[in-house]
Amino acid sequence: MNQNQNLTTDQSLSIKNICKNFGDVKALDDVTLNVASGEFFTLLGPSGCGKTTLLRIIAGLEMADSGRVFIGGKDITGLPAIKRQVNTVFQSYALFPHLTIYENIAFGLRSRKFPDAEIKKRVIRRLEMLDLSSMAQRHPHQLSGGQKQRVALARALVNEPEVLLLDEPMSALDARLRAQVQEDLRRLQRKLGRTFILVTHDQAEALVCSDRLAVMRQGRVVQCGTPEEVYDNPKDSFVAKFLGAANLIPCTKAPGGVQTAFGFLALDKEPSWQEGTVAIRPEWIGIGDKEPERNGIRAHVTEIIYRGTNFDLWLEPGPLRVRTSSYRRIDPGREVWLELAPKELVILEDEAR
Amino acid sequence: MKRADSLITWYGELTTRQQLLKRGSLLLSPGMLWLMLFLVLPGLVLVVVSVVTRGAYGQLEWVFTLENYKRLAGFTLFGWTPDYLMILWRSVVVAFFTTLVSVLLSYPLCFFIAGRPERSRYMWLTLVIIPFWTNMVIRAYAWFLILSPELPIAKLAAVFGFIPEGAPLYPNAFAVYLGMVSMFLPFVTLPLYASVERLDWSLVEAAQDLYASRIRTFTQAILPQTMPGLSVGIILTFVPAMGMFVVPDLLGGAKYMLVGNLIQQQFGTSRDWPFGAAISMGLMVLTMVGLQIYRRKGKEVQVV
Repeated sequence: MNQNQNLTTDQSLSIKNICKNFGDVKALDDVTLNVASGEFFTLLGPSGCGKTTLLRIIAGLEMADSGRVFIGGKDITGLPAIKRQVNTVFQSYALFPHLTIYENIAFGLRSRKFPDAEIKKRVIRRLEMLDLSSMAQRHPHQLSGGQKQRVALARALVNEPEVLLLDEPMSALDARLRAQVQEDLRRLQRKLGRTFILVTHDQAEALVCSDRLAVMRQGRVVQCGTPEEVYDNPKDSFVAKFLGAANLIPCTKAPGGVQTAFGFLALDKEPSWQEGTVAIRPEWIGIGDKEPERNGIRAHVTEIIYRGTNFDLWLEPGPLRVRTSSYRRIDPGREVWLELAPKELVILEDEAR
Repeated sequence: MKRADSLITWYGELTTRQQLLKRGSLLLSPGMLWLMLFLVLPGLVLVVVSVVTRGAYGQLEWVFTLENYKRLAGFTLFGWTPDYLMILWRSVVVAFFTTLVSVLLSYPLCFFIAGRPERSRYMWLTLVIIPFWTNMVIRAYAWFLILSPELPIAKLAAVFGFIPEGAPLYPNAFAVYLGMVSMFLPFVTLPLYASVERLDWSLVEAAQDLYASRIRTFTQAILPQTMPGLSVGIILTFVPAMGMFVVPDLLGGAKYMLVGNLIQQQFGTSRDWPFGAAISMGLMVLTMVGLQIYRRKGKEVQVV
């Protein structure tokens, strides 16, 4: 699918052929993306993949070496940050320590010389929306991490940006709070109907929040689509492993399927390569005492890991990871049958060898 | 149980309040002694000397009087003159503008150095410090050379008619400021640099992201962050600049007298210690007032 072709007028943000080098390092290598108006879009990737650089280029805090950035159909490539209708929630929140929460949120409106009454109205609305009303007169150092994060969010949203950029806004929160905030953020975005662009290295966050996501690696977009699309049909082993867990099985093409170390595995579709990799999610592997009709593997359990909601089993030959529900404890040493059903096996199209 | 005897823990050690106090005062005593010997005692001597009378040969006569302070305030045998007050006021003005110019020059300098690659930063900082290695008097004399009539600066000034043809660019107020600023610049630059180097640039970016103008970015994102270094720099410059006498003496000439010169004169050629002590007290009071005003203003800046 060519991303360039579905450029329509309701594109909120469009990025074309962006390149950026830092010295010899290619931070971004010909990145093209389109984000629809009102979409929650996530840039997902490991550290150093260029996702933050891309966000900074959209914000106008960094200039691209080549390529163009459009917001609402308007070319803003050469505009500095202060002229862009884009606001950012910074990773460190970057709240002004000498200003109260009220003044922090009012900052952007004061810069643009809004009348006091209007500022008051807007700031109070955001304070209420993000449950910060009682904090208005405090200073940032008196707030908890979650509260600071909400202030940063309010400070950006009060300017009613066309695109809101979020640079790993949850990395400073502890795991429990993070899960909560992810859902809150998702709801907030739905309610406001604004375009959000989130940068994260946390795959759970990307899955929970996004309408669509782009997985990035070494300055390139590897795969782009809805969370389900990308999770169910990863294009290569990098995406398969970065988004969730996956068993990667090297193989060669054979009539009706592939030949692997475990023997022949039938597939629903023909792979495009001769030698490559198929993947299967641990929770998609069937486990039982009877030999299945197709794609059965005789294996024995070597290790069992309890994860609360499920067990993770490690099996030989393989090693293969299988996820079973938490009431199916299978102790190490047991011989079982595994079923790698054809419809669950993903052909990694970009993983030819 | 009596409070003083109750056991308390102090960094993992079990002890009593009394014992801690004893140990604390013991540890503090060298510092206290130092302050007593070199600050409190001389200060008291100065106060005493400032209220006694000068003898015919410059010796101290133990007749207590407030005459010295009256003289400083301008009351003489022949009526009131503002001469001494003018000198005091001029010193405040010179110290103020010296500090201001040093601050204005230091900001761009600090940002320039902080923007260099890590290794060359130390070279630039060393360049800032190098003048310290030379004696103050020698540095003041160096300005004679730089401002001498043969060199382009003085020639240029003559072309524009600021000075007569073939005259040097000293002694005058300009030369004094030049000397003062070059003398005190590192006192502002070094502490300010310490703040600038640690600057959290994400706040600057946040200001940019929130449509702040350059001035607003400076006052809201940079100034509050660099306030600690700036405060130290301002105090380190303003206080000694108030009492500076070498630079105005050499570069300002007799007509451009500052309070430092006046005090030096009283203790030196005039041999009038009581009056010199009274002026010193006046200078100290003025400095305290200046610092107090700065503290108030500084607090306002922090809060607003």
